[in-house]
Amino acid sequence: MKRQYSIALSTAIVAMLTACAAPMPTSADLDKLTQDILGRSFRAEGQAKLDRLNPDEDNRLCAESDRTGVALDAKVSAEIEARNMKTIKAPADGKYLGDFKEGEKVAQSGAGKTWTDKADSVNGGNCYNCHQISKEELSYGTLGPSLYNYGKIRGVTNPNSAESKPIVEYTWGKIQNARAYNACSNMPRFGHKGVLTEAQIKNVMALLLDPASPVNK
Amino acid sequence: MKKIALVLGLIGLSTAAFAQKSATDSIAEYRQMLQDGNPADLFEAKGEDLWKQKRGPKNASLEKCDLGKGAGVVKGAWVELPRYFADTGRVQDLESRLVTCMQELQGFNGEEIAKTPFGKGEQSNVTALATWISAESKGMKFNLSQSHVEERKMYEVGKRLFFMRGGSHDFACATCHGQDDKRIRLQDLPNLTKNPGAGNGFGAWPAYRVSNGQMWGAQLRLNDCYRQQRFPYPLFGSEATIALGVYMGVNGKGGEATAPAIKR
Repeated sequence: MKRQYSIALSTAIVAMLTACAAPMPTSADLDKLTQDILGRSFRAEGQAKLDRLNPDEDNRLCAESDRTGVALDAKVSAEIEARNMKTIKAPADGKYLGDFKEGEKVAQSGAGKTWTDKADSVNGGNCYNCHQISKEELSYGTLGPSLYNYGKIRGVTNPNSAESKPIVEYTWGKIQNARAYNACSNMPRFGHKGVLTEAQIKNVMALLLDPASPVNK
Repeated sequence: MKKIALVLGLIGLSTAAFAQKSATDSIAEYRQMLQDGNPADLFEAKGEDLWKQKRGPKNASLEKCDLGKGAGVVKGAWVELPRYFADTGRVQDLESRLVTCMQELQGFNGEEIAKTPFGKGEQSNVTALATWISAESKGMKFNLSQSHVEERKMYEVGKRLFFMRGGSHDFACATCHGQDDKRIRLQDLPNLTKNPGAGNGFGAWPAYRVSNGQMWGAQLRLNDCYRQQRFPYPLFGSEATIALGVYMGVNGKGGEATAPAIKR
């Protein structure tokens, strides 16, 4: 009885000492611990393989800034934007706009890339999840700015004209890789990460810039 | 059931007619009208039975299970979870702690339960137990401990995971849940980095989901968040999901526990 008591007591003391003696790890150690925990906490499922957890330097820098509330150094931001700008390629055939009706379908669909989606299924753009786009669709999110009248507001009357070229190229680049213009944008990098095909991006371009699109009515 | 269909129809109509009306208002109305019949009640009753029933290879009940406030204390346990448990040497949330008790007291194989798909076999029992146990803290305020170093470490890890961008779309939890007054489509998004969002969001699960007719615990809620984030599959009771629970629960300190809630 006495021995049991002393064992219990010494266990309690050890526990107390451990609790008191264990200091909070440094921020770098907590980063390491987080990586270790990530490695132990997930398994691959369907197309969602473990490589999706691999740290991407752009994301690592932006996440740290988001977490700490400390804005990225201007030089670091510029480097992220420059890296991402390099990934943007003009359309192979020189045509930036497709079919706005098909673009609306891409904007409506939130499908694709989850572990319950088939790897060969058509991905959506999730656009309405975050943006107002056409006036007819009332179910839109507010995480991103409204894109209603996108082309009209920017004075695009003929997307093939020389005057429209800068805004057409910017919009193309923004959908391909938003981080080229805003280092820590929350918008997915649709072209760079292979979420949307070039043809789908052309259709979304038409939805936003074609004067005949309901977006510009 | 007719009443539910009617109310759902009305919500559909009202959201179409008044897009500016927040989805939360509509759901709050709906919840109000369902006061006398939240289907979560059925899971709650099942959970209470399961707690008291002698089950498993050891033919024992869970009435000696220590959820953090001493053996058998249920009331108020949930608003202090996740917390550090000296016997397992781990920070555990309600669901992972229940599995520990089912293993230690009843002789079930905890690893097998953790591997069982949500809604199946003993996993559905864990959900029912969590539903009842959370209901026993209904109306109480969240008050998670941060006194043990392991609890503080898990908060910091949870914070890092919350802001981690990854997957095919570079989404983090924070992408949708890091700002005030945002919505995805018409669904309002709680800001989980502080109150009232953290208490409201974290404090609502387990919840009955009208859209699929299922009772979801917090583990499944987080699992489906990660699915939509295009991440790989988080294991049941994983350190990552528990760390996120600590992060949200601590951020929700003082917020009111509303689980088991009813969700769209």
